Amino acid sequence: MFYDGETRTVLAELSGDIDHCSAKGLRTPIDEEIMRRLPLRLILDFGNVSFMDSSGIGLIIGRCKLMTDLGGSVIAVNPQPEVKKLMELAGVQRLCSIVFKQRRSLIGGLTI
Amino acid sequence: MKTKDKIINRVTLRFPSLSENERFARLAVSGFVSSLDPALDELSEIKTAVSEAVTNCIVHAYRDTVGEIRMELRLLEGCRLYISISDKGCGISDIDKAREPLFTTAPDEERAGLGFAIMESFTDKLRVRSRPGHGTAVTMLRALRTRKPADETRS
Repeated sequence: MFYDGETRTVLAELSGDIDHCSAKGLRTPIDEEIMRRLPLRLILDFGNVSFMDSSGIGLIIGRCKLMTDLGGSVIAVNPQPEVKKLMELAGVQRLCSIVFKQRRSLIGGLTI
Repeated sequence: MKTKDKIINRVTLRFPSLSENERFARLAVSGFVSSLDPALDELSEIKTAVSEAVTNCIVHAYRDTVGEIRMELRLLEGCRLYISISDKGCGISDIDKAREPLFTTAPDEERAGLGFAIMESFTDKLRVRSRPGHGTAVTMLRALRTRKPADETRS
């Protein structure tokens, strides 16, 4: 988990399989960081996510709701083709942007 | 779904409805079809469909309890994969409603209500049979655009 104060952005790097079993463990630290920082943007990095099912969609939608309530937004970055296909099938792109970009350019001055 | 198709290979697994077995079920179906050398996107879709069906058993059928999940995989002639996932859980009273995209009985747990819609998209045929109080059986059929003829896998 990374935070850039200048752009008020929280970056959460997700990895491995996102399913019903793992979703809860991923959700808690992200939500804690959001409540602590109250960011304007949440970037969910899917670059290292090897598998995702609808539990991952639930995870994204839940964070979108939370960020919308706080007046912020969510960006999903670097999903692998299969993960992106599932996101699009679920209509996630209506709630948040799905982009392929280097984190550095997204977060501006943040050095990781 | 026709069951008289010639069966080339078949495996039946029974496992408790523990959340960690979602991963096991995906690995099992991956292993079962590996001899066919499926394309990455096909394999991913099959694993996703299985994951959704098994998760439904865990989250809905046996909610707050642990019961048995039965998964049967068959490789049929013509490189078609038959998947049957069943439980003896609570059953579904309105299958049409359950299959509607975005419908869920567990919104508090961040269930997206997309399980059946995803199974439907990622397979060629989806059949859901259920009896409230007795259980649910989901059968899926998926043709693989395999690079290896299925008969070769017998040797």
